[in-house]
Amino acid sequence: MSTIGTGYDLSASQFSPDGRVFQIDYASKAVERSGTVIGIRGKDCVVLAVEKIIADQLYEPDAASRIFTIEKNIGMAIAGLMADGNYVADIARQEAANFRQQFERTIPLKYLCDRVSGYLHAYTLYSAVRPFGLSVLLASWDEADGAQLYKIEPSGTSFGYYACASGKAKQQAKTEMEKFKFADMNTDELVRSGGKIIYQVHDELKDKDFRFEMGIVGKETNGVHLINDASWSQLAIEAGEAAKNADDSENEI
Amino acid sequence: MMNNAFAQPMWLNGPAPGQFYNFMGGNTQAELPRELTTAGPFGTKHSTAAITTGSSVVGIRYAGGVLVAADTLVSYGSLARYQNIDRVFKINDKILLGGSGDFADIQSIKRSIDQKMIEDQCCNDGVVMKPKSLASWLTRVLYNRRSRMNPLYIDVVVAGVDEAGVPFLGNVDLRGRAYDDYVVATGFGRHLALPLVRERKPKDRDFTFEEASNLIRECMKVLYYRDTRSIPQYTVGICSASDCSVKGPFKVEENWTFAETVEGY
Repeated sequence: MSTIGTGYDLSASQFSPDGRVFQIDYASKAVERSGTVIGIRGKDCVVLAVEKIIADQLYEPDAASRIFTIEKNIGMAIAGLMADGNYVADIARQEAANFRQQFERTIPLKYLCDRVSGYLHAYTLYSAVRPFGLSVLLASWDEADGAQLYKIEPSGTSFGYYACASGKAKQQAKTEMEKFKFADMNTDELVRSGGKIIYQVHDELKDKDFRFEMGIVGKETNGVHLINDASWSQLAIEAGEAAKNADDSENEI
Repeated sequence: MMNNAFAQPMWLNGPAPGQFYNFMGGNTQAELPRELTTAGPFGTKHSTAAITTGSSVVGIRYAGGVLVAADTLVSYGSLARYQNIDRVFKINDKILLGGSGDFADIQSIKRSIDQKMIEDQCCNDGVVMKPKSLASWLTRVLYNRRSRMNPLYIDVVVAGVDEAGVPFLGNVDLRGRAYDDYVVATGFGRHLALPLVRERKPKDRDFTFEEASNLIRECMKVLYYRDTRSIPQYTVGICSASDCSVKGPFKVEENWTFAETVEGY
Protein backbone atom coordinates (compact mmCIF):
# COMPACT_ATOMS: atom_id res chain seq x y z
CA MET A 1 0.00 0.00 0.00
CA SER A 2 2.09 2.87 -1.26
CA THR A 3 -0.38 5.73 -0.99
CA ILE A 4 -2.69 6.71 1.79
CA GLY A 5 -2.88 3.39 3.56
CA THR A 6 0.82 3.22 4.30
CA GLY A 7 1.56 1.88 7.73
CA TYR A 8 -1.95 0.72 8.53
CA ASP A 9 -1.54 -2.83 7.33
CA LEU A 10 0.50 -4.30 10.13
CA SER A 11 -2.27 -4.88 12.61
CA ALA A 12 -5.75 -6.31 12.44
CA SER A 13 -6.81 -3.96 15.23
CA GLN A 14 -6.41 -0.70 13.33
CA PHE A 15 -8.42 0.91 10.55
CA SER A 16 -6.78 2.71 7.67
CA PRO A 17 -7.95 6.33 7.12
CA ASP A 18 -10.21 5.22 4.28
CA GLY A 19 -11.94 2.75 6.55
CA ARG A 20 -10.36 -0.58 5.75
CA VAL A 21 -8.66 -3.19 7.82
CA PHE A 22 -5.84 -4.23 5.55
CA GLN A 23 -5.18 -7.50 7.31
CA ILE A 24 -8.64 -8.65 6.25
CA ASP A 25 -7.99 -7.59 2.67
CA TYR A 26 -4.77 -9.57 2.69
CA ALA A 27 -6.58 -12.59 4.12
CA SER A 28 -9.01 -12.33 1.20
CA LYS A 29 -6.03 -12.34 -1.13
CA ALA A 30 -4.97 -15.67 0.36
CA VAL A 31 -8.42 -16.98 -0.51
CA GLU A 32 -8.19 -15.73 -4.07
CA ARG A 33 -4.91 -17.60 -4.59
CA SER A 34 -6.52 -20.90 -3.68
CA GLY A 35 -8.18 -23.40 -6.03
CA THR A 36 -11.86 -22.81 -6.72
CA VAL A 37 -14.52 -24.15 -4.43
CA ILE A 38 -18.24 -24.06 -5.08
CA GLY A 39 -21.37 -24.94 -3.17
CA ILE A 40 -24.71 -25.51 -4.84
CA ARG A 41 -28.06 -26.16 -3.25
CA GLY A 42 -30.68 -28.26 -4.99
CA LYS A 43 -34.16 -29.43 -4.13
CA ASP A 44 -33.19 -31.94 -1.49
CA CYS A 45 -29.42 -32.02 -1.67
CA VAL A 46 -26.33 -29.81 -1.36
CA VAL A 47 -23.09 -30.37 -3.22
CA LEU A 48 -19.69 -28.95 -2.31
CA ALA A 49 -17.13 -29.23 -5.09
CA VAL A 50 -13.45 -28.36 -5.00
CA GLU A 51 -10.80 -27.89 -7.63
CA LYS A 52 -7.83 -29.16 -5.64
CA ILE A 53 -4.73 -28.05 -7.44
CA ILE A 54 -2.01 -30.65 -7.14
CA ALA A 55 1.00 -28.62 -6.06
CA ASP A 56 3.33 -31.59 -6.15
CA GLN A 57 3.03 -34.86 -8.05
CA LEU A 58 4.56 -36.68 -5.10
CA TYR A 59 1.57 -36.01 -2.84
CA GLU A 60 -0.83 -38.85 -2.20
CA PRO A 61 -4.08 -38.30 -4.10
CA ASP A 62 -6.14 -37.70 -0.97
CA ALA A 63 -3.58 -35.40 0.66
CA ALA A 64 -4.71 -31.97 1.80
CA SER A 65 -8.39 -32.62 1.30
CA ARG A 66 -10.33 -29.38 1.40
CA ILE A 67 -13.68 -30.87 2.29
CA PHE A 68 -14.46 -31.86 5.87
CA THR A 69 -17.24 -33.58 7.73
CA ILE A 70 -18.33 -31.54 10.75
CA GLU A 71 -21.35 -33.54 11.88
CA LYS A 72 -23.21 -36.52 10.46
CA ASN A 73 -25.10 -34.27 8.07
CA ILE A 74 -22.86 -31.20 7.89
CA GLY A 75 -20.08 -30.70 5.38
CA MET A 76 -17.55 -27.93 5.16
CA ALA A 77 -15.35 -26.87 2.25
CA ILE A 78 -12.64 -24.26 2.30
CA ALA A 79 -10.77 -21.98 -0.03
CA GLY A 80 -7.58 -20.49 1.34
CA LEU A 81 -4.90 -21.64 3.74
CA MET A 82 -5.02 -25.36 4.37
CA ALA A 83 -3.69 -25.17 7.93
CA ASP A 84 -6.22 -22.52 8.90
CA GLY A 85 -8.90 -24.73 7.39
CA ASN A 86 -7.92 -27.72 9.49
CA TYR A 87 -8.06 -25.62 12.61
CA VAL A 88 -11.43 -24.05 11.83
CA ALA A 89 -12.83 -27.49 10.96
CA ASP A 90 -11.80 -28.60 14.42
CA ILE A 91 -13.46 -25.56 15.99
CA ALA A 92 -16.63 -26.27 14.04
CA ARG A 93 -16.60 -29.90 15.19
CA GLN A 94 -16.21 -28.83 18.80
CA GLU A 95 -19.06 -26.39 18.36
CA ALA A 96 -21.25 -29.15 16.90
CA ALA A 97 -20.27 -31.62 19.63
CA ASN A 98 -20.97 -29.02 22.29
CA PHE A 99 -24.40 -28.34 20.90
CA ARG A 100 -25.18 -32.04 20.74
CA GLN A 101 -24.10 -32.51 24.35
CA GLN A 102 -26.39 -29.73 25.52
CA PHE A 103 -29.46 -30.33 23.39
CA GLU A 104 -29.17 -33.95 22.22
CA ARG A 105 -29.76 -33.08 18.63
CA THR A 106 -27.76 -32.01 15.61
CA ILE A 107 -26.71 -28.39 15.52
CA PRO A 108 -28.81 -26.29 13.11
CA LEU A 109 -26.58 -25.06 10.32
CA LYS A 110 -27.68 -21.47 10.86
CA TYR A 111 -26.47 -21.65 14.44
CA LEU A 112 -23.20 -23.36 13.55
CA CYS A 113 -22.60 -20.72 10.90
CA ASP A 114 -23.23 -17.97 13.45
CA ARG A 115 -20.77 -19.52 15.87
CA VAL A 116 -18.01 -20.12 13.35
CA SER A 117 -18.40 -16.71 11.75
CA GLY A 118 -18.28 -15.14 15.22
CA TYR A 119 -15.06 -17.02 15.78
CA LEU A 120 -13.55 -15.85 12.50
CA HIS A 121 -14.68 -12.31 13.23
CA ALA A 122 -12.95 -12.32 16.62
CA TYR A 123 -9.68 -12.87 14.80
CA THR A 124 -10.14 -9.57 12.96
CA LEU A 125 -10.30 -7.52 16.16
CA TYR A 126 -6.97 -7.86 17.90
CA SER A 127 -3.42 -6.92 17.11
CA ALA A 128 -2.04 -10.09 18.63
CA VAL A 129 -3.67 -12.36 16.06
CA ARG A 130 -4.14 -12.48 12.32
CA PRO A 131 -7.41 -13.15 10.52
CA PHE A 132 -7.97 -16.58 8.99
CA GLY A 133 -7.07 -16.75 5.31
CA LEU A 134 -10.22 -18.68 4.68
CA SER A 135 -13.51 -18.69 2.92
CA VAL A 136 -15.66 -21.33 4.58
CA LEU A 137 -18.60 -23.06 2.92
CA LEU A 138 -21.00 -24.92 5.19
CA ALA A 139 -23.61 -27.29 3.83
CA SER A 140 -26.23 -29.52 5.40
CA TRP A 141 -29.43 -31.35 4.73
CA ASP A 142 -32.04 -32.61 7.15
CA GLU A 143 -35.68 -33.58 7.02
CA ALA A 144 -36.89 -30.50 8.90
CA ASP A 145 -34.87 -27.70 7.32
CA GLY A 146 -34.05 -29.23 3.94
CA ALA A 147 -30.91 -28.23 2.08
CA GLN A 148 -28.89 -25.34 3.47
CA LEU A 149 -25.77 -23.58 2.32
CA TYR A 150 -23.78 -20.82 4.00
CA LYS A 151 -20.54 -19.05 3.23
CA ILE A 152 -18.28 -17.23 5.70
CA GLU A 153 -15.67 -14.72 4.57
CA PRO A 154 -12.36 -13.95 6.34
CA SER A 155 -13.98 -10.85 7.82
CA GLY A 156 -16.49 -13.03 9.65
CA THR A 157 -19.47 -12.01 7.58
CA SER A 158 -21.74 -14.84 6.54
CA PHE A 159 -24.72 -15.29 4.23
CA GLY A 160 -27.01 -18.09 3.14
CA TYR A 161 -26.84 -18.96 -0.55
CA TYR A 162 -28.51 -20.94 -3.31
CA ALA A 163 -25.09 -21.22 -4.92
CA CYS A 164 -21.74 -19.69 -4.05
CA ALA A 165 -18.10 -19.84 -5.04
CA SER A 166 -14.69 -18.85 -3.68
CA GLY A 167 -11.10 -19.01 -4.82
CA LYS A 168 -9.31 -18.36 -8.08
CA ALA A 169 -12.18 -18.64 -10.52
CA LYS A 170 -14.86 -17.23 -8.26
CA GLN A 171 -16.17 -14.80 -10.87
CA GLN A 172 -16.18 -17.35 -13.69
CA ALA A 173 -17.92 -19.87 -11.48
CA LYS A 174 -20.54 -17.35 -10.48
CA THR A 175 -21.19 -16.53 -14.13
CA GLU A 176 -21.59 -20.24 -14.87
CA MET A 177 -23.85 -20.77 -11.88
CA GLU A 178 -26.20 -17.96 -12.86
CA LYS A 179 -27.12 -20.01 -15.94
CA PHE A 180 -28.64 -22.77 -13.84
CA LYS A 181 -31.65 -22.95 -11.60
CA PHE A 182 -30.30 -25.14 -8.86
CA ALA A 183 -33.24 -24.84 -6.50
CA ASP A 184 -35.34 -27.19 -8.67
CA MET A 185 -32.58 -29.68 -9.38
CA ASN A 186 -32.62 -33.27 -8.23
CA THR A 187 -29.51 -34.90 -6.83
CA ASP A 188 -28.19 -36.35 -10.10
CA GLU A 189 -28.50 -33.07 -11.98
CA LEU A 190 -26.94 -31.13 -9.14
CA VAL A 191 -23.95 -33.46 -8.91
CA ARG A 192 -23.43 -33.28 -12.67
CA SER A 193 -23.55 -29.50 -12.77
CA GLY A 194 -21.14 -29.39 -9.83
CA GLY A 195 -18.64 -31.42 -11.85
CA LYS A 196 -19.32 -29.38 -14.95
CA ILE A 197 -18.64 -26.03 -13.28
CA ILE A 198 -15.39 -27.07 -11.63
CA TYR A 199 -14.02 -28.61 -14.83
CA GLN A 200 -15.05 -25.56 -16.87
CA VAL A 201 -13.47 -22.96 -14.59
CA HIS A 202 -10.19 -24.84 -14.19
CA ASP A 203 -7.47 -22.95 -16.02
CA GLU A 204 -5.30 -25.57 -17.75
CA LEU A 205 -2.72 -23.06 -18.89
CA LYS A 206 -2.00 -21.34 -15.61
CA ASP A 207 -2.44 -24.25 -13.26
CA LYS A 208 -1.08 -27.71 -13.01
CA ASP A 209 -3.26 -30.75 -12.71
CA PHE A 210 -6.13 -30.76 -10.30
CA ARG A 211 -8.15 -33.33 -8.45
CA PHE A 212 -11.90 -33.03 -8.31
CA GLU A 213 -13.22 -33.36 -4.78
CA MET A 214 -16.83 -33.45 -3.78
CA GLY A 215 -18.90 -33.47 -0.62
CA ILE A 216 -22.54 -34.37 -0.86
CA VAL A 217 -25.36 -34.44 1.64
CA GLY A 218 -29.04 -34.86 0.93
CA LYS A 219 -32.07 -37.08 0.99
CA GLU A 220 -30.45 -39.64 -1.29
CA THR A 221 -27.42 -39.99 0.98
CA ASN A 222 -29.83 -40.58 3.90
CA GLY A 223 -28.78 -37.29 5.43
CA VAL A 224 -25.17 -38.38 5.77
CA HIS A 225 -22.39 -36.16 4.47
CA LEU A 226 -20.17 -38.16 2.12
CA ILE A 227 -16.79 -37.04 0.83
CA ASN A 228 -15.63 -38.34 -2.56
CA ASP A 229 -18.21 -41.09 -2.56
CA ALA A 230 -17.23 -43.33 -5.48
CA SER A 231 -20.50 -43.42 -7.43
CA TRP A 232 -21.47 -39.76 -6.97
CA SER A 233 -17.97 -38.53 -7.75
CA GLN A 234 -17.87 -40.64 -10.89
CA LEU A 235 -21.10 -39.04 -12.06
CA ALA A 236 -19.69 -35.55 -11.49
CA ILE A 237 -16.31 -36.26 -13.05
CA GLU A 238 -17.88 -37.79 -16.16
CA ALA A 239 -20.12 -34.74 -16.58
CA GLY A 240 -17.11 -32.49 -16.00
CA GLU A 241 -14.87 -34.25 -18.52
CA ALA A 242 -17.68 -34.19 -21.08
CA ALA A 243 -18.25 -30.46 -20.57
CA LYS A 244 -14.53 -29.77 -20.86
CA ASN A 245 -14.20 -31.80 -24.08
CA ALA A 246 -17.22 -30.02 -25.55
CA ASP A 247 -15.61 -26.67 -24.74
CA ASP A 248 -12.30 -27.73 -26.25
CA SER A 249 -13.83 -28.86 -29.54
CA GLU A 250 -15.73 -25.57 -29.75
CA ASN A 251 -12.46 -23.69 -29.46
CA GLU A 252 -10.87 -25.69 -32.27
CA ILE A 253 -13.54 -24.62 -34.76
CA MET B 1 -11.85 -14.84 33.72
CA MET B 2 -8.52 -14.07 32.18
CA ASN B 3 -7.14 -16.78 30.02
CA ASN B 4 -4.88 -14.73 27.86
CA ALA B 5 -1.28 -14.34 28.89
CA PHE B 6 -0.01 -12.09 26.17
CA ALA B 7 -2.50 -9.22 26.18
CA GLN B 8 -3.73 -6.79 28.82
CA PRO B 9 -7.36 -5.62 28.99
CA MET B 10 -7.86 -2.92 26.36
CA TRP B 11 -9.88 -0.72 28.70
CA LEU B 12 -11.16 -0.89 32.23
CA ASN B 13 -14.28 -2.99 32.72
CA GLY B 14 -14.07 -4.01 29.10
CA PRO B 15 -13.42 -7.40 27.65
CA ALA B 16 -9.87 -8.68 27.58
CA PRO B 17 -8.70 -10.01 24.25
CA GLY B 18 -9.61 -13.63 24.18
CA GLN B 19 -12.15 -13.32 26.96
CA PHE B 20 -14.94 -14.55 24.71
CA TYR B 21 -12.85 -16.92 22.69
CA ASN B 22 -9.92 -19.16 23.43
CA PHE B 23 -7.27 -18.11 21.01
CA MET B 24 -4.42 -20.40 20.21
CA GLY B 25 -1.47 -19.89 22.48
CA GLY B 26 -3.58 -18.67 25.40
CA ASN B 27 -2.87 -20.33 28.71
CA THR B 28 -6.32 -21.84 28.99
CA GLN B 29 -6.88 -23.95 32.04
CA ALA B 30 -9.10 -26.79 31.08
CA GLU B 31 -11.60 -27.43 33.83
CA LEU B 32 -11.77 -31.03 34.93
CA PRO B 33 -15.13 -32.78 34.90
CA ARG B 34 -16.69 -32.62 38.33
CA GLU B 35 -16.51 -36.34 38.98
CA LEU B 36 -12.74 -36.13 38.58
CA THR B 37 -12.14 -33.37 41.13
CA THR B 38 -11.77 -33.79 44.86
CA ALA B 39 -14.66 -33.59 47.29
CA GLY B 40 -15.99 -30.22 48.42
CA PRO B 41 -15.90 -28.98 52.05
CA PHE B 42 -18.88 -31.15 52.96
CA GLY B 43 -17.76 -34.20 51.03
CA THR B 44 -19.30 -35.62 47.92
CA LYS B 45 -22.09 -38.16 47.80
CA HIS B 46 -21.68 -40.66 45.02
CA SER B 47 -24.56 -42.73 43.81
CA THR B 48 -24.71 -46.09 45.56
CA ALA B 49 -27.62 -47.67 43.76
CA ALA B 50 -29.39 -47.72 40.46
CA ILE B 51 -32.69 -45.78 40.42
CA THR B 52 -34.40 -46.24 37.08
CA THR B 53 -33.38 -49.65 35.89
CA GLY B 54 -33.54 -51.91 32.91
CA SER B 55 -33.58 -55.64 33.59
CA SER B 56 -31.97 -58.46 31.59
CA VAL B 57 -30.22 -58.28 28.26
CA VAL B 58 -29.55 -61.54 26.41
CA GLY B 59 -27.08 -61.96 23.58
CA ILE B 60 -26.42 -65.05 21.47
CA ARG B 61 -23.72 -65.50 18.89
CA TYR B 62 -24.43 -67.63 15.82
CA ALA B 63 -22.40 -68.53 12.76
CA GLY B 64 -21.98 -65.21 10.94
CA GLY B 65 -23.65 -62.82 13.40
CA VAL B 66 -25.09 -61.98 16.77
CA LEU B 67 -28.51 -61.40 18.30
CA VAL B 68 -29.11 -59.13 21.29
CA ALA B 69 -32.49 -58.89 22.98
CA ALA B 70 -33.92 -56.86 25.84
CA ASP B 71 -37.46 -56.08 26.92
CA THR B 72 -38.66 -52.50 26.54
CA LEU B 73 -39.21 -51.84 30.23
CA VAL B 74 -37.41 -49.31 32.38
CA SER B 75 -38.52 -49.69 36.00
CA TYR B 76 -38.52 -47.22 38.85
CA GLY B 77 -37.90 -49.57 41.75
CA SER B 78 -40.63 -52.17 41.44
CA LEU B 79 -42.86 -49.81 39.46
CA ALA B 80 -43.03 -50.59 35.74
CA ARG B 81 -42.52 -46.91 35.00
CA TYR B 82 -41.50 -46.65 31.31
CA GLN B 83 -42.80 -49.51 29.22
CA ASN B 84 -41.77 -48.55 25.73
CA ILE B 85 -38.05 -47.82 25.82
CA ASP B 86 -35.58 -49.53 23.51
CA ARG B 87 -32.66 -50.88 25.43
CA VAL B 88 -30.88 -52.35 22.42
CA PHE B 89 -29.08 -49.70 20.39
CA LYS B 90 -27.43 -49.69 17.04
CA ILE B 91 -24.12 -47.89 17.51
CA ASN B 92 -22.81 -48.12 13.95
CA ASP B 93 -22.93 -50.62 11.08
CA LYS B 94 -20.79 -53.06 13.06
CA ILE B 95 -21.92 -52.66 16.67
CA LEU B 96 -24.98 -53.28 18.81
CA LEU B 97 -25.19 -52.29 22.45
CA GLY B 98 -27.67 -53.72 24.93
CA GLY B 99 -27.94 -51.86 28.21
CA SER B 100 -29.18 -52.91 31.61
CA GLY B 101 -28.80 -51.33 35.01
CA ASP B 102 -29.29 -47.62 35.70
CA PHE B 103 -30.86 -46.21 32.58
CA ALA B 104 -29.57 -42.70 33.17
CA ASP B 105 -26.04 -44.07 33.17
CA ILE B 106 -26.81 -46.05 30.01
CA GLN B 107 -27.99 -42.90 28.29
CA SER B 108 -24.94 -41.05 29.50
CA ILE B 109 -22.46 -43.62 28.19
CA LYS B 110 -24.45 -43.88 24.96
CA ARG B 111 -24.06 -40.14 24.40
CA SER B 112 -20.31 -40.49 24.71
CA ILE B 113 -20.26 -43.45 22.34
CA ASP B 114 -22.42 -41.63 19.78
CA GLN B 115 -19.99 -38.72 19.84
CA LYS B 116 -17.12 -41.14 19.21
CA MET B 117 -18.97 -42.46 16.18
CA ILE B 118 -19.31 -38.93 14.81
CA GLU B 119 -15.58 -38.43 15.34
CA ASP B 120 -15.03 -41.68 13.43
CA GLN B 121 -17.08 -40.29 10.61
CA CYS B 122 -15.30 -36.91 10.63
CA CYS B 123 -11.97 -38.68 10.07
CA ASN B 124 -13.33 -39.81 6.70
CA ASP B 125 -10.84 -42.66 6.46
CA GLY B 126 -13.52 -45.31 6.15
CA VAL B 127 -12.43 -46.86 9.43
CA VAL B 128 -15.26 -47.56 11.85
CA MET B 129 -15.06 -48.83 15.39
CA LYS B 130 -15.37 -52.57 15.90
CA PRO B 131 -17.26 -54.21 18.76
CA LYS B 132 -14.09 -55.55 20.35
CA SER B 133 -12.61 -52.04 20.53
CA LEU B 134 -15.77 -50.62 22.04
CA ALA B 135 -15.91 -53.36 24.67
CA SER B 136 -12.30 -52.70 25.52
CA TRP B 137 -12.89 -48.96 25.75
CA LEU B 138 -15.89 -49.55 28.01
CA THR B 139 -13.79 -51.65 30.39
CA ARG B 140 -11.37 -48.73 30.71
CA VAL B 141 -14.10 -46.15 31.35
CA LEU B 142 -16.03 -48.31 33.78
CA TYR B 143 -12.95 -49.49 35.66
CA ASN B 144 -11.79 -45.89 35.90
CA ARG B 145 -15.11 -44.84 37.35
CA ARG B 146 -15.14 -47.67 39.87
CA SER B 147 -11.58 -46.75 40.90
CA ARG B 148 -12.86 -43.26 41.72
CA MET B 149 -15.55 -44.85 43.87
CA ASN B 150 -18.11 -43.41 41.47
CA PRO B 151 -19.17 -46.25 39.20
CA LEU B 152 -21.68 -46.13 36.40
CA TYR B 153 -24.38 -48.60 37.49
CA ILE B 154 -24.60 -50.41 34.22
CA ASP B 155 -24.17 -53.88 32.83
CA VAL B 156 -23.87 -53.81 29.06
CA VAL B 157 -23.73 -56.32 26.23
CA VAL B 158 -21.53 -55.34 23.32
CA ALA B 159 -22.10 -57.28 20.12
CA GLY B 160 -21.28 -57.03 16.47
CA VAL B 161 -19.00 -58.15 13.70
CA ASP B 162 -15.46 -57.11 12.79
CA GLU B 163 -14.17 -56.13 9.34
CA ALA B 164 -13.85 -59.78 8.34
CA GLY B 165 -17.43 -60.49 9.40
CA VAL B 166 -16.38 -62.50 12.44
CA PRO B 167 -19.01 -62.05 15.16
CA PHE B 168 -18.16 -60.82 18.65
CA LEU B 169 -20.32 -60.96 21.73
CA GLY B 170 -19.16 -59.63 25.06
CA ASN B 171 -20.27 -58.23 28.37
CA VAL B 172 -18.86 -55.40 30.48
CA ASP B 173 -20.17 -54.62 33.93
CA LEU B 174 -20.05 -51.70 36.33
CA ARG B 175 -16.59 -52.58 37.67
CA GLY B 176 -15.09 -52.95 34.21
CA ARG B 177 -15.06 -56.74 34.35
CA ALA B 178 -15.43 -58.17 30.90
CA TYR B 179 -15.71 -61.48 29.09
CA ASP B 180 -16.86 -62.70 25.72
CA ASP B 181 -18.63 -65.90 24.82
CA TYR B 182 -21.22 -67.41 22.47
CA VAL B 183 -23.88 -66.44 24.97
CA VAL B 184 -23.90 -63.55 27.43
CA ALA B 185 -26.65 -62.22 29.64
CA THR B 186 -27.12 -59.59 32.29
CA GLY B 187 -29.44 -59.27 35.26
CA PHE B 188 -31.89 -62.10 35.79
CA GLY B 189 -30.99 -63.44 32.39
CA ARG B 190 -27.70 -64.55 33.84
CA HIS B 191 -29.56 -67.00 36.07
CA LEU B 192 -32.28 -68.00 33.66
CA ALA B 193 -31.10 -67.53 30.08
CA LEU B 194 -27.43 -68.54 30.32
CA PRO B 195 -28.00 -72.16 31.45
CA LEU B 196 -30.90 -72.51 29.05
CA VAL B 197 -28.76 -71.57 26.07
CA ARG B 198 -25.66 -73.48 27.20
CA GLU B 199 -27.72 -76.63 27.57
CA ARG B 200 -28.67 -76.46 23.90
CA LYS B 201 -25.23 -75.63 22.53
CA PRO B 202 -23.91 -78.25 20.07
CA LYS B 203 -20.34 -79.11 21.09
CA ASP B 204 -18.87 -79.25 17.60
CA ARG B 205 -20.31 -76.15 15.96
CA ASP B 206 -21.82 -72.67 16.41
CA PHE B 207 -25.55 -72.03 16.57
CA THR B 208 -27.31 -71.40 13.29
CA PHE B 209 -29.36 -68.24 12.91
CA GLU B 210 -32.58 -70.27 13.26
CA GLU B 211 -31.44 -71.87 16.50
CA ALA B 212 -30.25 -68.56 17.88
CA SER B 213 -33.47 -66.70 17.12
CA ASN B 214 -35.57 -69.54 18.55
CA LEU B 215 -33.45 -69.45 21.68
CA ILE B 216 -33.86 -65.68 22.00
CA ARG B 217 -37.62 -66.15 21.79
CA GLU B 218 -37.47 -68.91 24.39
CA CYS B 219 -35.23 -66.86 26.72
CA MET B 220 -37.44 -63.78 26.55
CA LYS B 221 -40.44 -65.96 27.35
CA VAL B 222 -38.81 -67.57 30.35
CA LEU B 223 -37.57 -64.18 31.53
CA TYR B 224 -41.03 -62.73 31.26
CA TYR B 225 -42.57 -65.59 33.23
CA ARG B 226 -39.99 -65.56 36.01
CA ASP B 227 -38.51 -62.05 36.24
CA THR B 228 -40.88 -59.67 38.02
CA ARG B 229 -39.09 -56.63 36.51
CA SER B 230 -40.00 -57.52 32.95
CA ILE B 231 -42.80 -57.06 30.44
CA PRO B 232 -43.89 -59.25 27.52
CA GLN B 233 -42.49 -56.91 24.88
CA TYR B 234 -38.92 -56.87 23.61
CA THR B 235 -36.69 -55.66 20.80
CA VAL B 236 -33.97 -57.69 19.11
CA GLY B 237 -30.80 -56.33 17.55
CA ILE B 238 -29.30 -58.30 14.69
CA CYS B 239 -25.77 -57.72 13.50
CA SER B 240 -24.10 -59.65 10.70
CA ALA B 241 -21.76 -58.70 7.87
CA SER B 242 -24.72 -57.68 5.72
CA ASP B 243 -27.07 -56.07 8.20
CA CYS B 244 -27.05 -54.24 11.52
CA SER B 245 -30.39 -53.15 12.88
CA VAL B 246 -32.78 -53.31 15.79
CA LYS B 247 -36.03 -55.14 15.06
CA GLY B 248 -39.28 -55.21 16.92
CA PRO B 249 -40.91 -54.67 19.29
CA PHE B 250 -42.03 -58.30 19.52
CA LYS B 251 -44.56 -59.80 21.93
CA VAL B 252 -43.85 -62.75 24.17
CA GLU B 253 -46.21 -65.64 23.41
CA GLU B 254 -47.70 -65.92 26.84
CA ASN B 255 -50.07 -68.63 27.91
CA TRP B 256 -51.62 -68.51 31.35
CA THR B 257 -54.09 -71.39 31.07
CA PHE B 258 -51.97 -73.43 33.47
CA ALA B 259 -52.60 -70.77 36.10
CA GLU B 260 -56.16 -72.06 36.64
CA THR B 261 -54.79 -75.23 38.17
CA VAL B 262 -52.33 -73.45 40.43
CA GLU B 263 -53.56 -73.28 43.98
CA GLY B 264 -52.31 -72.20 47.33
CA TYR B 265 -50.85 -68.72 47.06
